[in-house]
Amino acid sequence: MSSNGTNTNKDIRFPFTGLFKGLALTGKYLFKKPATVMYPDEKEIPVPRARGVIALDTEACTVCMLCARECPDWCIYIEGHKEEQQPEEPGGRVKVRAELDRFDIDYGLCMYCGICVDVCPFDALFWSPEYEYSEHEVVDLLHDKARLTDWLATVPDPPALEPS
Amino acid sequence: MDITTGFFWVDTLIKVLVAVAIVLGLALPVIYAELKIMAHMQNRVGPYYAGGRFGWAQPIADGLKFVQKEDLVPAEADATVFKIAPYVVVMATVAVFVVIPFGPDLVARDLDLGAFYLLAISSIGTLGVLMAGWSSANKYSLMGGLRAAAQLIAYELPLMLAVLAVVIQAGTMSLTGIVEAQGEPFVVGPISVSLPYLLTGQIISFVIFVVAMVAELSRIPFDMPIAESELTMGYVTEYSSVRFSMFFLGEYASLIALSLVVATLFLGGYYVPLVPDPWLNLVGPLAVFGKAAVIVFFVLWIRSTFPRLREDQLQDLAWRWLIPLALVNILVISFVKVAV
Repeated sequence: MSSNGTNTNKDIRFPFTGLFKGLALTGKYLFKKPATVMYPDEKEIPVPRARGVIALDTEACTVCMLCARECPDWCIYIEGHKEEQQPEEPGGRVKVRAELDRFDIDYGLCMYCGICVDVCPFDALFWSPEYEYSEHEVVDLLHDKARLTDWLATVPDPPALEPS
Repeated sequence: MDITTGFFWVDTLIKVLVAVAIVLGLALPVIYAELKIMAHMQNRVGPYYAGGRFGWAQPIADGLKFVQKEDLVPAEADATVFKIAPYVVVMATVAVFVVIPFGPDLVARDLDLGAFYLLAISSIGTLGVLMAGWSSANKYSLMGGLRAAAQLIAYELPLMLAVLAVVIQAGTMSLTGIVEAQGEPFVVGPISVSLPYLLTGQIISFVIFVVAMVAELSRIPFDMPIAESELTMGYVTEYSSVRFSMFFLGEYASLIALSLVVATLFLGGYYVPLVPDPWLNLVGPLAVFGKAAVIVFFVLWIRSTFPRLREDQLQDLAWRWLIPLALVNILVISFVKVAV
């Protein structure tokens, strides 16, 4: 039956043609090169915007905790303290600045939703397409501040802006 | 004790052990072929690393893994029946090899009722399946066993009727006789050539036999007795270790056995045209295994192509299509046999 509910000549087929069509398809694939990528020997190149791992720019982070609060899995751990910043010129006002002590992401819990990256108001978090960080122990999936900063080198350049 | 009797039993024991070892050994290349062919049909690579090249050692590695596992018997199970069942399945398969001719003289026993023996003995395997299903004390096993029994009743009939058509044409029930009948020149007008029964009027029997054979083997698309998504693993659910591997090897050994039967009944068996009789004992085994390999490949091809049937569709296919078709086929072949 075609979509409008009437029989057309095209719909009347010789019986069992479906069976042979199926056999032809699998028979064709038997002689095709398999799609398998032999992983440790050869690797797929992920697309630039792939969600592999999250990199942290500590310079940009203001310890605002927005990422940790928005994280659906609560897999981001942030600790910080306040530090007094002396005025650049004498007579100036002493400023208070937040200093980042701890920034851990537990990739054993992370679900790669990317909300932390989206929500960061100071562009301190970035997606990197790197994906090879599996571990033998679950605890090693907790990446600390230093390791998250190391991923920063693998972050691709942002795509060029559209001409106005 | 009579000394000849003693030798007879030792002799028989050795013969049986060698036969079982060879038959189960034959299953290994078929398992490998299935892993590899199915993988490529599904756009995968399949076993690759085991054994160094092409993963040729994968079935052996799997077998060793099974042997290492614990041999569990459920507390509620009927232990004796539970333990015997896999060996019943395997022995029924091995017994099929008794009548299959691999050459004019290479046949364990050329029974006059070879075709009859074949059908009778191959049904015993399903008895083992039913034993396994009933004794496991498991609802999935029971359902699987009963489905297997229903399937056997449904598909034994078309299988038998297809063989009957061949027997009518050959005029003998001995499998060697059937092969020799296919070696007789087939005369069409001025041309006279030796043709297998597949090409001389048995094409419908062949199709019916192959469909019923796949159902008898309970392979996809007729694998309702073990249907993983419905019955976990059907009658093998509670089996582990060596007993599980017996079911596994038995399944593949009976695939080979029935493929050899197809080769014998429809594809001319060990007969090769233009080869003189004594040489057939040398070429025959290669010929019959080559023909069987084509059938095995076709069954694997079917497996990786078609989805599983519903239980009622299965019964429908057997009772409403295959059996009437087989009866009409017998009728036509009988008329032709009498007329010609």
